[in-house]
Amino acid sequence: MSRKKLTRRQFVAATAMSSAALITAPYVRGAYAAGKLSIGFWDHWVPGANQASTDLVNEWAAKEKVEVSIDYITSNNKKIELTAAAEAQAKSGHDILQMPSWWPHAYSENLEPLNDVMEPLIKQNGEVNGTVKYLAQSGGKWLAVPATPGSQIKGPCTRIDLMKKFANIDVQEMYPAGSPPKADNWTMDTFLKAAEACQKGGFPFGIGLGETTDSVDTAGAIFQSFGAELVNAKGDITIKTDQVRQAMEYYKKLIAFLPPDAPSWDDASNNKWLISGRGALIMNPPSAWAVAKRDAPQVAEQCWTHGFPAGPKGRFAPFLPYFWGVWSFGKNKEAAKSLLVHLSSPAAIEKFVAVSGGYDLPAYANLTKLKTWAEEGPPKGTLFHYPDPYRQQTLSIAASPAPPKIAQQIYFQATLTKMALRFARGETLEQSLAWAEGECEGFMRS
Amino acid sequence: MADVVVEQGRIARATGARKGSSLRNTLGRKSTVAFLLTLPLILLIALLVLYPAFFSLYLATLNKAMTKFVGLGNFTFLFKRETFWMVVKQSCIFAITAVIFKALIGFIVAHFVHNIPGKKQRKWRGMLLVPWVIPPAMSTLAWLWLFDPSYSAFNYTLSYFGVGPIPWLGETFWARFSVILVNVWYGAPFFLIMYLAALKSVPDQLYEAAAIDGANWWQKIWYVTLPMMRNIIAITTLFSLIVTFANFDIVRILTSGGPLDTTHLFATWAFQVGIQSSDIPLGACVSLFMVPILAVAAIFILRDVSKRGNEA
Repeated sequence: MSRKKLTRRQFVAATAMSSAALITAPYVRGAYAAGKLSIGFWDHWVPGANQASTDLVNEWAAKEKVEVSIDYITSNNKKIELTAAAEAQAKSGHDILQMPSWWPHAYSENLEPLNDVMEPLIKQNGEVNGTVKYLAQSGGKWLAVPATPGSQIKGPCTRIDLMKKFANIDVQEMYPAGSPPKADNWTMDTFLKAAEACQKGGFPFGIGLGETTDSVDTAGAIFQSFGAELVNAKGDITIKTDQVRQAMEYYKKLIAFLPPDAPSWDDASNNKWLISGRGALIMNPPSAWAVAKRDAPQVAEQCWTHGFPAGPKGRFAPFLPYFWGVWSFGKNKEAAKSLLVHLSSPAAIEKFVAVSGGYDLPAYANLTKLKTWAEEGPPKGTLFHYPDPYRQQTLSIAASPAPPKIAQQIYFQATLTKMALRFARGETLEQSLAWAEGECEGFMRS
Repeated sequence: MADVVVEQGRIARATGARKGSSLRNTLGRKSTVAFLLTLPLILLIALLVLYPAFFSLYLATLNKAMTKFVGLGNFTFLFKRETFWMVVKQSCIFAITAVIFKALIGFIVAHFVHNIPGKKQRKWRGMLLVPWVIPPAMSTLAWLWLFDPSYSAFNYTLSYFGVGPIPWLGETFWARFSVILVNVWYGAPFFLIMYLAALKSVPDQLYEAAAIDGANWWQKIWYVTLPMMRNIIAITTLFSLIVTFANFDIVRILTSGGPLDTTHLFATWAFQVGIQSSDIPLGACVSLFMVPILAVAAIFILRDVSKRGNEA
């Protein structure tokens, strides 16, 4: 068998020809030329809302030639938190993971800085509120991008008829659809009187005193409206102050007008309370109203979502944002950033809001007057004031402004509701404050 | 020189033969076969139990940010926390009360079932095992609806008798009562089936002899049944104590540890501290604290069992 020997001259010629062919040939991009991207999204409770996310992602993927895979992860029983913890430990997992409020700080060391995404988005969509900055910024570095799906304000959802009948308050007049609120008299004192009147009328306000987020968020906003901070921004414990004492006294009075089993409430209890027609007010995003629209239309027709009452230090509303984070160990970070820009475009945000029936809230200032909130009903305009279109409230999160890693523990250990409940159940104010101080000292671990 | 070579060859051959036969002997031994047969399970346990156990030991020695070794620092920190000691107390109350009631109910019902004749007994046995075979997360959800603040079926029924409404999950006493009740409901069938098996193995002659001696039903139970069932009672109690101490789902679903942390157990508090508050090392520490408590219980119970075994 003869074997042809490749000469040096032949080798050089062949190499030159193939290089020339490669350079001059047209660039043919493969179907998935830009690689793969794996995404973990929060599994939306509104039917069809996940499909909107899938469509938006596919639309982007087709344009960018990226092969995408999406997992919808339920927030039930903290599945998202567990996923985040597991992926951060394993340094492997999705490229983009949607995470609840406190998690960007919790995993700040594992998240890719997103300043190059956030800065143009703020220019495009308007400024983000202080809570988003507090939760997603660290040392000038953006840790995550605020996600519209799942983000929510937990303001009052009031029964129009019951509030008028028992407390003589017309919530529609106070928060008229399509125009600015006339809520100067909607203060913590008015709120307390209304709570008492409705309780005496047999329809108590449905505010939980448990350890889940709805209970904690309400307590957080009330404490903040009194200027009460358990730990300040510098990380000093500031429990034994007049503001905290004032907030505790107020909460004790309020607890007397709440349902007796409120200490055992979880995040579903207040929804059930409203839908069953047993209460005049709950603190919730419009999910309870949306379920009532399906299961108890006569209740839904009487619901009006509006702003929080103001305290001595201002009007605070609990805002609970979700975030999209990009893991620093992700394999396709550039594609991930490009997708986040796409999902944060005004058109995408409008779609998210529309498919969720107005539940999802963008964090950007220019996007609080979308038509979904003006048109949803019945009654028409019931959600108009849900996104705080006239920026009358300070959107805040319980336990802020404590450094987020401390605040997260105050939040999840429900220190605010627990200390208020202890006081209401017979401990002296000083005993409850001392207990909370001990708890906060424990949260200072680094 | 040649002699030496031959000698060496002979020696080598002899050693080889001995080696071969000893390998054959080793493989032929019953204990080796048993070991090889259990090897897959041992590997599985090593992977799914030992590795996580040692990993959690390692985690428990890190600081909150998991960047520094702190030795026993997390444990000393826990010892100073009021909530931790409350959780220790509650876990003991929960586990001991639940195990006592499960054992008592299991023992009584096992006697009833034992006295039901033939086919009927099979039906009853099947029905009584239902709570144990339903996944606890599912059955606990059903219990949650029964205790629900707004729609409680119990309160609805009690209202016809002018009682209540009872804050089943809102007050410490009732909340503890509720979580223990659900645990007893779920776990009693396990005791029932174990005790029933033990009852069936007690020879009838012993009862006949006791009857001839004039023993009444209580004396038969005290002097015949209980001594015959002692080992099974001890093992079942130990096993149940371990499982009940480590319970998570019932408390997590019913109360999430509330009100005011008064129903938290080691596992639920570890979850709250470790996962929800992002303090994984402290969470690992809390869950590891079960080990010494259960180890002490295991030593006492198993020592008792083996002592009786030796006596027999």
